[in-house]
Amino acid sequence: MSRQQVEMTVNGRVHAGEVEPRLTLVDFLREDCALTGTHTGCEQGVCGACTVLVDGEPMRSCLMFAVQADGAQVTTIEGIGGGREGLTPVQQAFMDNHGLQCGYCTPGFIVTVEAFLRDTPSPSDEQIREALSGNVCRCTGYQGIIAAVRQAADQLAAEARS
Amino acid sequence: MKPAAFDYVAPTSLDAALTALADGGYDAKPIAGGQSLVPLMAFRLAVFGQLVDLGRIEELQGVARDGDELVIGAATRQAAIAKDALVAEHAPVLAQATGWIGHQQIRNRGTIGGSICHADPAAEYPATAVALDATIDVASTRGRRSIPAAELFEAAYTTTLEPDEVAVAVRIPVRRPGEGTAIFEVARRPGDFALAGCVVRVATSGGAVIDARVLAFGVGGAPIRLAAAEAALAAGAGVGSQELTAALQADADGLTPPEDAQATSAYRHSIVVHVANTAIAEAIADSQ
Ligand SMILES: Cc1cc2nc3c(=O)[nH]c(=O)nc-3n(C[C@H](O)[C@H](O)[C@H](O)COP(=O)(O)OP(=O)(O)OC[C@H]3O[C@@H](n4cnc5c(N)ncnc54)[C@H](O)[C@@H]3O)c2cc1C
Ligand code: FES
Ligand code: FES
Repeated sequence: MSRQQVEMTVNGRVHAGEVEPRLTLVDFLREDCALTGTHTGCEQGVCGACTVLVDGEPMRSCLMFAVQADGAQVTTIEGIGGGREGLTPVQQAFMDNHGLQCGYCTPGFIVTVEAFLRDTPSPSDEQIREALSGNVCRCTGYQGIIAAVRQAADQLAAEARS
Repeated sequence: MKPAAFDYVAPTSLDAALTALADGGYDAKPIAGGQSLVPLMAFRLAVFGQLVDLGRIEELQGVARDGDELVIGAATRQAAIAKDALVAEHAPVLAQATGWIGHQQIRNRGTIGGSICHADPAAEYPATAVALDATIDVASTRGRRSIPAAELFEAAYTTTLEPDEVAVAVRIPVRRPGEGTAIFEVARRPGDFALAGCVVRVATSGGAVIDARVLAFGVGGAPIRLAAAEAALAAGAGVGSQELTAALQADADGLTPPEDAQATSAYRHSIVVHVANTAIAEAIADSQ
């Protein structure tokens, strides 16, 4: 089976490589790009730990092959916050509200929530719960995560007003 | 687990994809959103020599109106259907059905054609397509044909498509005045496949139901018409009436729902009556 050339932009940097078509996007990110912030839990689309943004939309990187992301813009947790700007409001809210414990699920949640609040700036509590339904957390019991999204949403809305 | 090795092509024209599938025979397989196919490959329940990606073919994308029909490209993503203005106006129950599919991350990649061709017995789109009298346009190097949705679903995960055929578009008659539609289901958790669900379309005249489609899913191999309930509704039986209740019970008694870790057969049997009643009431309210 022949290997194929892929090239994609990950967190603003071009990553190219020759891969087997069966290499999933998450394995490409973790092993070929050495970006291990994206986690795998189930590798069957259920847990959400592997969620990344592909051309701005949250998707399961375990249910995509790297060759399918050829030419795409990918954003992983490493591309969100950190550096000179510090944590994003979403990340800070997860810290403030005990939205994480072991942290294994957290990258998938943060990536999902960043896109959700971008598209839904003033969400209802029901919309928040629906948006989180595709991510599994075995530690927190979710209440802290829901509170974190509420805080981040309120803060972003206040910033948009001022 | 990791999928077995395969070759991969991502043609940008439908003709090239059809040729690749014709050349590949049983060893070649279309992939659209991959949200059903990739898990099967990861478990090695499915192994293919070549995947033909439909995701870069422009003519399989988008929603358009063609006379009395909406034409939805087979590779249009579920998330795009959920927020499409034409769908909201002319086939609102398709947008509602989309809300029941998995999670946002799944709908951002999964396609309407993929869902219909995968034919999961608990999926929302196949039953919705039958309830709306949709037609599926398919193509191969041997030519084109159109298959009524009611003739597409043979059994669980089995359609009447040939392996070299690709679904090109789903055609849905636009909603007519006096029509009402609804979908309702019960699942263990939001986003899970339905334990049982129901899609209903009623036609009314002067406020009275004159025709009905009542499609149950999750309770058999393919979407199942609840024919006694349809007949009772067309004969004027109202929501909560003895006639409709008896008809739904008769339909349910004719089903042998599957049994698995999620639900017993008996439990599915009891909720199909509940989801059908709810969807029927909502469809009638929607028609007024
Ligand atoms: C966690 C999770 C939850 C889910 N929950 C639901 C749910 O609640 N309800 C639901 O309905 N679905 C659910 N799904 C499945 C999802 O809707 C899939 O997107 C859909 O079933 C398949 O669409 P796809 O585009 O991803 O197709 P693929 O996975 O790419 O393909 C599926 C099958 O269809 C064939 N195929 C695809 N496109 C075509 C075409 N144009 N012509 C011919 N053959 C084609 C493929 O060869 C393959 O056999 C869920 C999936 C996951 C991972
Ligand atoms: S690892 Fe991708 S969804 Fe669980
Ligand atoms: S914090 Fe441990 S799984 Fe969510």
